[in-house]
Amino acid sequence: MNRKTILRISYKVLAVALILYAVVFGLVSRLPDLPPLQQSSRNVFFHVPMWFAMLTMMGISLYYSIRLLRLLDPDLEHSENPLYADANARESAGVGVIFNALGLVTGIIWSRVSWAEDRPASEFSTWWAWDPIQVGALVALLIYLAYFLLRNSFTEPESRAKVAAVYNIFAFATLIPLFFIIPRMFEGLHPTAGKGSFIFDKSQISNEFRMILYPGMLGFILLGVWIYELRSRLERVRLRLEEKLAEKDYRETA
Amino acid sequence: MIREILYLLKKEIMLEWKQKYAFNGLVLYVLSMVMVISLAFVDNMAPETWNIIYWIILLFVAINAIARSFLSESQGQMMYLYNLAHPVAVILAKIVYNSFLLFLIAGITLVFFQFLGGVHILTPLRLLGITFAGSAALSANLTLVSAIASRAENKTTLLAVLGFPLIVPLLLLLIRISRPAIEGAGGMVGNVSGDSLGMVGGITLALIIFSVILFPFVWKE
Repeated sequence: MNRKTILRISYKVLAVALILYAVVFGLVSRLPDLPPLQQSSRNVFFHVPMWFAMLTMMGISLYYSIRLLRLLDPDLEHSENPLYADANARESAGVGVIFNALGLVTGIIWSRVSWAEDRPASEFSTWWAWDPIQVGALVALLIYLAYFLLRNSFTEPESRAKVAAVYNIFAFATLIPLFFIIPRMFEGLHPTAGKGSFIFDKSQISNEFRMILYPGMLGFILLGVWIYELRSRLERVRLRLEEKLAEKDYRETA
Repeated sequence: MIREILYLLKKEIMLEWKQKYAFNGLVLYVLSMVMVISLAFVDNMAPETWNIIYWIILLFVAINAIARSFLSESQGQMMYLYNLAHPVAVILAKIVYNSFLLFLIAGITLVFFQFLGGVHILTPLRLLGITFAGSAALSANLTLVSAIASRAENKTTLLAVLGFPLIVPLLLLLIRISRPAIEGAGGMVGNVSGDSLGMVGGITLALIIFSVILFPFVWKE
C-alpha cells in the first residue's frame, strides 16, 4: 500500500470513530445542567458540526469554482479537463446543501424543545423562531437551490460550468454577511445574537463540551468529505465514459 | 478607462431617452404599486410597516429595472459591444447607470408613498442618502446577476430566483438603518446607525469588486 491509499482509508476510519465517540459520549457523559438549556444542550454536538461541515463543503465548492475559472484562461497551459473541476464544485455544493438542511432540522427541534415546549404544536412559532441565523440558514439554502436551478437551465456543459462558477463565487460572498454580520445586529436564540462577538464564542462553552464538540466537528467534516469524494469520483467516471463514447462514435463515422 | 465608462454611460442615457416608454413604464409600475398598497391599508399603516413596504417596493422596482440591462440587449448588440469595449468598463457603466436610474425612481416612490401612506419623515435628507446607498447596493448586486441570468435559458424567472436570496441581507440592513428617519418607526440601540451605513457602503464596494472580477467570465462566449 502506498501513502495515498493509507491516507484514503485512515481518514474514513477516523471519521467513523470520531462520530461514534461524539454520539456515544454526547449522550451518556455527565455535563453541567444549567438553565435555560439543561439537558437539551447536548444537541450542540449535532447541531453545530452540521454548520461547520456545510461551510467546509461550500468552501471546497468555492475552491473548485475559482479553479475552473482559472482553467478556462487560454494563456494557461494545462491538460486538465475543466469539466472535472465543475463536477467537483457541484457535488460539494450538493453535500453542503444536505448539511444545511440537517442543520436547519436539528436547530428547529432544539428551539422547539428548549424555548417552545409549553406552546401547542399547531402554532407556527413553536417550530420557527425567526432567529436571525435560522433565517440566514434558510436564505443560504435558497441561494444554493437557485445555484442548482441555474445549472439546470443550460444545455451546453462548458457555458454552464462557467456561469455556475461565477454565481457560486458570488453566492459564497453573500454567505459571509448572512452568517457573520447580520445576526450580530438582531436579537435571537443563538449565543452571539445582538452582541459584537463572532458566530462561535469559545468562552461560552466549558471544557467538558469542548472535549466532545471538537472531535465530533472534525468527524462530521470528514464524513462530508467522504460523501463528496464518492460522488465526485462517480461523476468523473461518468464524464470519462461520455468521452469514450463520443470517441467511439467519431471513429465509427470517420 | 474612465473615458470609456463615461462614453458607455452616455450611450445608456441616450438609449433610455430614445425609449422613453421603458422609463415611463417603470414610473407607472411604481405608481400603481403605491396606489394598491395605500388603498389596501387606507389610513392604518404603521410607520414601521411603511418603512418595510417602501424597501420591498424598491426591491421589485430594482428587479424590473435591472432585468433590462442585459436581457433587453440582443445577441448582435452584445457582440458589437464585446468588440469595442473592455468588460470592466461595461459592467461599471451598467452599475453606475442602474444606481442612478433606481435612485430616480426611488425618489418618485418616496414622494408618492409618503403622500399616500401618510407618514411623517423626520430627516428627509438622511432617508434620501440611505435610499441612494440602497440603490447603489441593489444595482451592484443585481447587475451581475442579470448578466448571469441573461446567459441561461429561462431568463425572466431566473433573475428573481437568483437575485432575491442574495439581496436579503442587504434589505434587512437597509430596513434597519432607515427606521430612525421615520417618526414612530422605532429607533436603534446606541449609535449603530452610522456604523451600519458604512456597512452598506462596504458591502456595495465588495459587490462592485466581485462584479468587476467575475463579469469578464460571464461575458466571454
